[in-house]
Amino acid sequence: MIRVQGADFEPGAEIDRLLDGHTAVGGVASFIGVVRDDPEDGPALRAMTLEHYPGMTERMLEAIEQEANQRWDLCASLIVHRYGRMVPGDRIVLVVTAARHRQAALESCQFLIDWLKTKAPFWKREETEDGEHWVQAQARDDVAAAKWQVEPSVS
Amino acid sequence: MLPKKIFAAVDWRARARSVEVLYFAWVRDRVGTAREHVNPPDAVTTVGELALWLATQSKEHAEAFRDCDVLRAAVNQEHVSFAHPIATGDEIAFFPPMTGG
Repeated sequence: MIRVQGADFEPGAEIDRLLDGHTAVGGVASFIGVVRDDPEDGPALRAMTLEHYPGMTERMLEAIEQEANQRWDLCASLIVHRYGRMVPGDRIVLVVTAARHRQAALESCQFLIDWLKTKAPFWKREETEDGEHWVQAQARDDVAAAKWQVEPSVS
Repeated sequence: MLPKKIFAAVDWRARARSVEVLYFAWVRDRVGTAREHVNPPDAVTTVGELALWLATQSKEHAEAFRDCDVLRAAVNQEHVSFAHPIATGDEIAFFPPMTGG
């Protein structure tokens, strides 16, 4: 299941709802992305605005989730991604995977967030003490992008 | 019946050169609009050729497409390379590398 929304989410409630009725689940993995104000990143961050491509965002998240379900034997999965303006400490993204055993849950959760970063059409704009700017993609994103180029199952 | 056939052919040619272009993040900031309807000439057959043609349309477009190799593209909401062909009615998006998550 995927959701793209402006509003915040409550991770515990999301996980409870996802697992409801899935009695075969033995392990649940989750990742929560949070707006970071790290002095090592440069000028103090006041806020961050996430822009996305409505329609394509949903399609890509669904494709990525489908890919995870083909690679791992999952009982349930969830991606919730926010857009709009957020301040440091706010939750941005939630990924939850549930499987019979921990390995599938943990691996697929990492896979989903790694692929999401390079394939889902989101762009971050930061408001810092020194002004506003678009966040540059990291070199590691290019490595992940190159990985999906040779992977034909998600286009 | 002949005039009707001619009209159909003319109509098709007109629509064949018409696409919707979307811009996101700093590409939109530079172009100055989020979306526009354009009618590129017949010689423009791929996403890359469209980018080169768009760059000639205004100073703002030229600035947005100056570093074409850093841009990414999507056709009808699917990631594509700049060699991807374009067709009538396509929704073509240009944007910088994604920074979600």
